[in-house]
Amino acid sequence: MTVYLPIAELSVNIFIILGMGAAVGFLSGMFGVGGGFLITPLLIFYNIPPVVAVATGANQVVASSISGAIAHFRRGTIDIKLGTVLLCGGLVGATVGVWLFSLLRSAGQLDLVISLLYVLLLGSVGTLMLWESIGAMRKAAKNQAPQLRRPGQHNWIHGLPLKMRFKKSKIYLSVIPVATLGFSIGVLTSVMGVGGGFIMVPAMIYLLRIPTNVVVGTSLFQIVFVSAYTVIVQASTNYTVDIVLAFVLMIAGVIGAQYGVRVGQRLRGEQLRALLALLVLAVGIRLAIELVIPPKNIYSVVSAGAGF
Amino acid sequence: MRWLLPLSLVALVLAVTTPALAQVLERKVTDFTEKLEIGISTEEIAITSDFRGADLTIFGAIDGFDANLLAQGKYNIIVALEGPKDNATVRKKERVFGIWVNTQSMTFELVPEAYSLSSTRAIETIAPRRDIANMGIGVDHMRLVPLGFVGDGSSLGEFRNAFRTIRETSGVYQRDPGGVQFISSSLFKASVRLPANVPNGIHIVRAYLFRDGVFVAAKALPLRVVKTGLEQAITRAAHDQPLIYGLLAVTLAVVTGWGASLLFRKE
Repeated sequence: MTVYLPIAELSVNIFIILGMGAAVGFLSGMFGVGGGFLITPLLIFYNIPPVVAVATGANQVVASSISGAIAHFRRGTIDIKLGTVLLCGGLVGATVGVWLFSLLRSAGQLDLVISLLYVLLLGSVGTLMLWESIGAMRKAAKNQAPQLRRPGQHNWIHGLPLKMRFKKSKIYLSVIPVATLGFSIGVLTSVMGVGGGFIMVPAMIYLLRIPTNVVVGTSLFQIVFVSAYTVIVQASTNYTVDIVLAFVLMIAGVIGAQYGVRVGQRLRGEQLRALLALLVLAVGIRLAIELVIPPKNIYSVVSAGAGF
Repeated sequence: MRWLLPLSLVALVLAVTTPALAQVLERKVTDFTEKLEIGISTEEIAITSDFRGADLTIFGAIDGFDANLLAQGKYNIIVALEGPKDNATVRKKERVFGIWVNTQSMTFELVPEAYSLSSTRAIETIAPRRDIANMGIGVDHMRLVPLGFVGDGSSLGEFRNAFRTIRETSGVYQRDPGGVQFISSSLFKASVRLPANVPNGIHIVRAYLFRDGVFVAAKALPLRVVKTGLEQAITRAAHDQPLIYGLLAVTLAVVTGWGASLLFRKE
């Protein structure tokens, strides 16, 4: 059964899209990630124009992050003040990102930049994660207690001015690194269609030394608002949000996520992280290959009206 | 484009003034009694969302024809369906540090988004190539004028060829050298293909009549192509009310995400 995607302007098999959404939803539930970094490349592999894949991916992120964000809000594990500072940076970042997106698109370099950023990001995050989880697994095998980083230690980031007290996180931190982190994630959200949780969470834990219990909730708080804002701005400037594609993906995604969560609870943390790392690396390598092999046609035509 | 008709007449006049042909052609020009009439059953085509391409039939008649010439098959007709025009950019990829990057581009000014050609015979056999080219009939003779600076123009041919090839491969540019048929002595029927990805907007049906290799008459009719259905409504909303569309997309995501978490919690 095919369904016509009005914005992507092509007909796709609805079951492939449903399967994609369910699989990514399952994985995102299992690993506790938004799944934007998987859905966007998968859509690109399925010949959805990258411009549409990115903007629609951001829409899918809203759906997959909102339930988590609400759950954390109820449990009181969101630092609203910290989240708001992140969000302010994020909104500015997303605005800059959409502007960059339009600029690259008119220069004909958008697809390349999207692929390059994915290869770079997935490659480095995947490698780091794999390294870390293999180390943890080795230690677990030797029955050693995993050595946690001590959150009390300070680094140069804690010497920055404009400090603010975040009561919930029990930290006294400069707003500069927080807003900068939010800004970078905002740019990534609008250029790559990712929520950015897989970068934000480690950065908050290791760089900003924010207590782990509020990190996930606070990052989800930022992700929901920044990706929602990105969807609206992408829709009004680039007209690239495909609501049909997004809807099919999110329906399958939220259902898949429920089952993913159950499986994820049975696996051990470091095993889970190693699996995720391998998955991230595989997607990155696939994208890298695409950049290197000679294209079928070295020419492409873009109409001024359609703009792909 | 309305300028095409006067232009083709200019081309004809130029051909006429060429000394070698002047005598032959002059007689023929003054002799022309033929008139071309065409009609389509509708001025507007509504395309539903499950549209997979279709044939548009155009009927026409030659008035004041020479029965002898008609019997000998000396009359030939070319019918072209020309889509709305827009600028089109052709980009070329090259290997830079191992990866494929768009390095060069060329924008052609106001080229048709779709073009279907149908004729009684292959157009090269209907009239001299130069005349066909001057009139801009056919994908090969379409006017591809680059916009802006193109350097020494050495890459012009390459980009033009790439443009034509891509448009033909994607099916928006088509040709059917047997698509026009005489159904009675002077009545003809032309089938022109509307591709599945036919663009919205005003298309122009152009018919050209040739007598023994000489252009005689032309006629043009507008045809409005309007896409209908839910998908089209979505496309229109996305372009006309982008802010509301964006808000709707976000609302949909919030409802889906929240709804699912409520639904699964009860279980």
